[in-house]
Amino acid sequence: MFKRLAGCVREYKLPTILTFIFIVGEVIIEAFIPFLTANMVNLIRSGAELESVIRIGLLLILMAVLSLCCGTIAAYTCAKASAGFAKNLRHDIFHKVQDYAFENIDKFSSSSLVTRMTTDVTNVQMAYMMIIRTAIRAPLLLIFSILMAYIMGGALATSFVVIIPFMVFGLLMVSRKAMPAFRSVFKKYDRLNESIEENVRAMRVVKGFSREEYEKKKFGDAADNIRADFTRAERIVALNNPIMQICVHFNMIFVLLVGSQLIITSGGALIDVGEISAMLTYGMQILMQLMMLSMIYVMLTMSSESMKRIYEVLVETPALRNPDQAITTVKDGSIDFTGVSFKYSAKAEKYALEDIDLHIQSGMTVGILGGTGSSKSTLVQLIPRLYDVTEGTVMVGGVDVRDYDIETLRDSVAMVLQKNLLFSGTISENLRWGNENATDEELVEACKLAQADEFVSSFPDGYNTRIEQGGTNVSGGQKQRLCIARALLKKPKILILDDSTSAVDTKTDMLIRGGFKRFIPETTKIIIAQRVASVQDADMIIVMDNGSISAIGRHEELLKSSEIYREVYTQQTNGGEDNE
Amino acid sequence: MNNQQKFKRRIDSGTLLRVLKLLFKSYPVLIPIVISCIVFSAAVSAIPSIFTQKVLAVITECLETGVISWEIAKVQILPKVAILIVLYALSLILATLQTQLMAYITQGFLSKMRCTLFDGMQNLPIRYFDTNKHGDIMSYYTNDIDTLRQLVSQSLPSLLQSSIIVVTVLFIMLWYSVWMTLVVLVGVTAMVIVSGKIGGGSAKYFIRQQKSIGKTEGYVQEMMNGQKVIKVFCHEEEAKEGFDAINSELFEESFRAHAYANCLGPIINNIGNVLYVIIATVGGFFLLSKTPNLAISGLAFSIDIIVPFLNMTKQFTGNINQFSQQINSIVMALAGAKRIFALMDEAPEADEGYVTLVNCKIDEKDNITETTERTGHWAWKHPHGDGTITYTELKGDVRLSEVDFEYEEGKPVLRDVTVYAEPGQKVAFVGATGAGKTTITNLINRFYDIADGKIRYDGININKIKKSDLRRSLGIVLQETNLFTGTVMDNIRYGRLDASDEECIAAAKLAGADDFITRLPGGYKTELTNNGANLSQGQRQLIAIARAAVADPPVMILDEATSSIDTRTEAIVQRGMDKLMEGRTVFVIAHRLSTVMDSDVIMVLDHGRIIERGNHEKLIAEKGTYYQLYTGAFELE
Repeated sequence: MFKRLAGCVREYKLPTILTFIFIVGEVIIEAFIPFLTANMVNLIRSGAELESVIRIGLLLILMAVLSLCCGTIAAYTCAKASAGFAKNLRHDIFHKVQDYAFENIDKFSSSSLVTRMTTDVTNVQMAYMMIIRTAIRAPLLLIFSILMAYIMGGALATSFVVIIPFMVFGLLMVSRKAMPAFRSVFKKYDRLNESIEENVRAMRVVKGFSREEYEKKKFGDAADNIRADFTRAERIVALNNPIMQICVHFNMIFVLLVGSQLIITSGGALIDVGEISAMLTYGMQILMQLMMLSMIYVMLTMSSESMKRIYEVLVETPALRNPDQAITTVKDGSIDFTGVSFKYSAKAEKYALEDIDLHIQSGMTVGILGGTGSSKSTLVQLIPRLYDVTEGTVMVGGVDVRDYDIETLRDSVAMVLQKNLLFSGTISENLRWGNENATDEELVEACKLAQADEFVSSFPDGYNTRIEQGGTNVSGGQKQRLCIARALLKKPKILILDDSTSAVDTKTDMLIRGGFKRFIPETTKIIIAQRVASVQDADMIIVMDNGSISAIGRHEELLKSSEIYREVYTQQTNGGEDNE
Repeated sequence: MNNQQKFKRRIDSGTLLRVLKLLFKSYPVLIPIVISCIVFSAAVSAIPSIFTQKVLAVITECLETGVISWEIAKVQILPKVAILIVLYALSLILATLQTQLMAYITQGFLSKMRCTLFDGMQNLPIRYFDTNKHGDIMSYYTNDIDTLRQLVSQSLPSLLQSSIIVVTVLFIMLWYSVWMTLVVLVGVTAMVIVSGKIGGGSAKYFIRQQKSIGKTEGYVQEMMNGQKVIKVFCHEEEAKEGFDAINSELFEESFRAHAYANCLGPIINNIGNVLYVIIATVGGFFLLSKTPNLAISGLAFSIDIIVPFLNMTKQFTGNINQFSQQINSIVMALAGAKRIFALMDEAPEADEGYVTLVNCKIDEKDNITETTERTGHWAWKHPHGDGTITYTELKGDVRLSEVDFEYEEGKPVLRDVTVYAEPGQKVAFVGATGAGKTTITNLINRFYDIADGKIRYDGININKIKKSDLRRSLGIVLQETNLFTGTVMDNIRYGRLDASDEECIAAAKLAGADDFITRLPGGYKTELTNNGANLSQGQRQLIAIARAAVADPPVMILDEATSSIDTRTEAIVQRGMDKLMEGRTVFVIAHRLSTVMDSDVIMVLDHGRIIERGNHEKLIAEKGTYYQLYTGAFELE
């Protein structure tokens, strides 16, 4: 996993390496500065000439400037490397998702993908920054300090033999205990936030049922629960500070006691006072670096959850692949289903579609009717190969859809999805999704066919009217007609409308269908509808029930042969026959 | 210190004060304890060095006098070390106490903020939710509260600790030498200016980064939601291009923000190094030139002043550095806190209603007596100004007279709307999108308040009825179905919390939902998540209808409640609903005329006015708009 993610560093390898180099420089200089300052103090203490003090002072300032340079350059490269790494991660995730098939999209909810691209990537970015800044610095300073402590303190440095294992053990224990606690509480926290989102979305329901107090109590309980868990986790982490203090203090006392005994018994030969204070400083330094290392450890484990979530997206294999020798032309709009069965996942017990045999000639108008959950949408989604069949074959223009280049196929098969969307941008920008090179005249033409031109022209900005995110500033029926126009601009061989006129009134619906017949007679039209009126003049009507075809035929035939069809028809036209 | 002031203004002291006040109010005992812990441990941490110095002095003395017997030195050294151990133990206890308490306080405070925010939000009027993006509301909980964590748990304590140390050290410095202190202060001013500039710059970019993240989030959200449309139109490349542009922008902001933040440490550190050199040089100069000292202690310049001074300079720098590292999180946290407070300060939904809904018994003579048990009969309890209380039976008679309404000033949505709905009647609204159908229902349950006219419920002006009771007496099913995380049973029971399982199942049967629910893998115990994402839109509507049915309200509002249900199932639902609503009032809004055809009254709305009213036959006979709609000659938008 680390390897795969580290691969995303790419062009930011150089800044990463530069960060390492400059930090090494900074550390070396930083290690020298205390020597110089000690030297300077000694000079002053011994009452040397001001001149020599200044000389060392100048050297020190030079060092400070050098250290400043290294520090700021490292700060710059480090920020660049980590922000760049994050950028690449986001880029890779987004691009990867674009290659997903419907099956993959169904697997990840859109909100989870958003979190992966924002929160998770930010976590990894912070961890990366922390690691490249301290991964070299901390061990270097640690080694240097231990070395110095041994050189200066000799026997005194044995105190580290006791402290370091204690501290490492202590910090590890803390992180090992804290980590699972945090992990579980973060999960709960996510769920809490989800429930808030649910509440905000359902505010009309909450208020409609006067459930404000109930919701408050529910939330209060959940929040309390989480607070308790959070506090527990945070209190474990808070132990870091006392552990650190114990070590520092132990070191102090050990050095003072043993050190003073050593000095006095040896008459100052083995060690002197200055060295004792140096030991204290280095001791501090060593512990600080250990603390840093433990923080890296914590950061890494904390962000590993985020890394895992990013990794999952990146290694998901797209369920559909373009064939090697793809066919790039679609002959005509004929469709053939032969022995098709389909289920959404290999694990599903029930087939969504079973034993479908269906032959549609090019240019036909086909209506599909059926109750909720009868797999009407599933059936048509197989035509532009949004999913692959589980068994059997689907052929378009006499060729198995799996042999086409996917883009070619989907350009020839335009589909208006049931859950359709407009994107933020102007109306013409949205329409040009169908064909980016479409002229203004072509846009108007398509809109006229979809009965959308009239209302679009009535907007003050016409085709330049901006659509808000989610298309909230046009009505449901208008949105549907724009979506149809968008699909028409593709000039497809097959046009599929999946319940795409449900919010359009009957008259407009009729006009749209009439237009199709007159202006795009060659195109095969498949219309899924709730209203019998929308399909009754079709060349072929398919009645779906529970994943299989219950009846096929023309309106008159079905009225006789299909009980379901007859029932729906009478229900919808009840009392209205006289007027039609 | 002009710059410092500017920098403080960026820190927004008003918000900071409010956070502090809230903290104190939440933990009036613990906060002072923590503060004293911090003060004490800062003080205690200064004392040990005195004892260390003393031990070292003993050793030096021993060496000078040539005593090389540990036995003799021990007598002097051990007691000092013992005191040191006691002090350390004390400081350890204080530190443990402080950090443990802080962990407790931080999470408690965050939880409290979360709950206050949530409770406040529940009381906001629907208008707020209609006019604010849900993503924005969510970010109060997900982003803004999280920024407070860092502020409370780290920045504030570290700020306090640093300032105590800085003040103490400053005092000691003045004790030793005023002149040298001035030199240090000049250096410190430089540091403050630099950290203000760089820290402020970094904070600026951090806030811009935050905005940029929001923008990325918005784009990704839209694209991911429409991913299937993108696939169908082979629009992947364009989506990638659009994303790359936004992504690069975010990279720039993030890079700047972190570059600024990262270089703050080295800069302050090295100013500290330079300051150290200057102090040493100046000290040396003073010493050699025998400049008279000015000090509280009255001590003359000597090496014993300069050496501790140098150490103190280091300490000073260290603390300022530590403080400067917190600037970012402070600025971000205060920006977050400001937004949180803005939400908390939103005016809650006003409710002056005093007429309440109570259970009652009705005897043969139609006398109404209030009871506490559930009788199936309800009455409006109406206290009057003179102290008397009258009871009116809840029947579900709703009358709108000459109602005017506008969402925004100057844009009237409803004009002169009069609707009488008697108990047992089914009243339907038909009209184009934006004609005001849904608005009428929003007014009946007082999601919004009318501008002019009157709405009476069982003869009582609805402004006098307590909102929660008014809404309890109205069952609403909306086109957009919202289900909650939990089992199917929980979701149905949402309509009436004390309903038994049997009652819920009966309601589901009425709504025609029982059939598909029992076929779900877990039946009524099936867990729903993510707004019932694993159910079809139609199935969700059925559950929503069952939810309203279990509430058993005298008045029901169905706003496009069956729009996603196929007509066969709709007929089943319709039969169930008719049975349930026998003798009660129903308002129906629907696009499909087949849904409204059998209504007692059908109102045809156009641009906020009722243009036709009557039952199906009457309207057909009138050959007006309804007739045209029905025959398909007229278009609904």
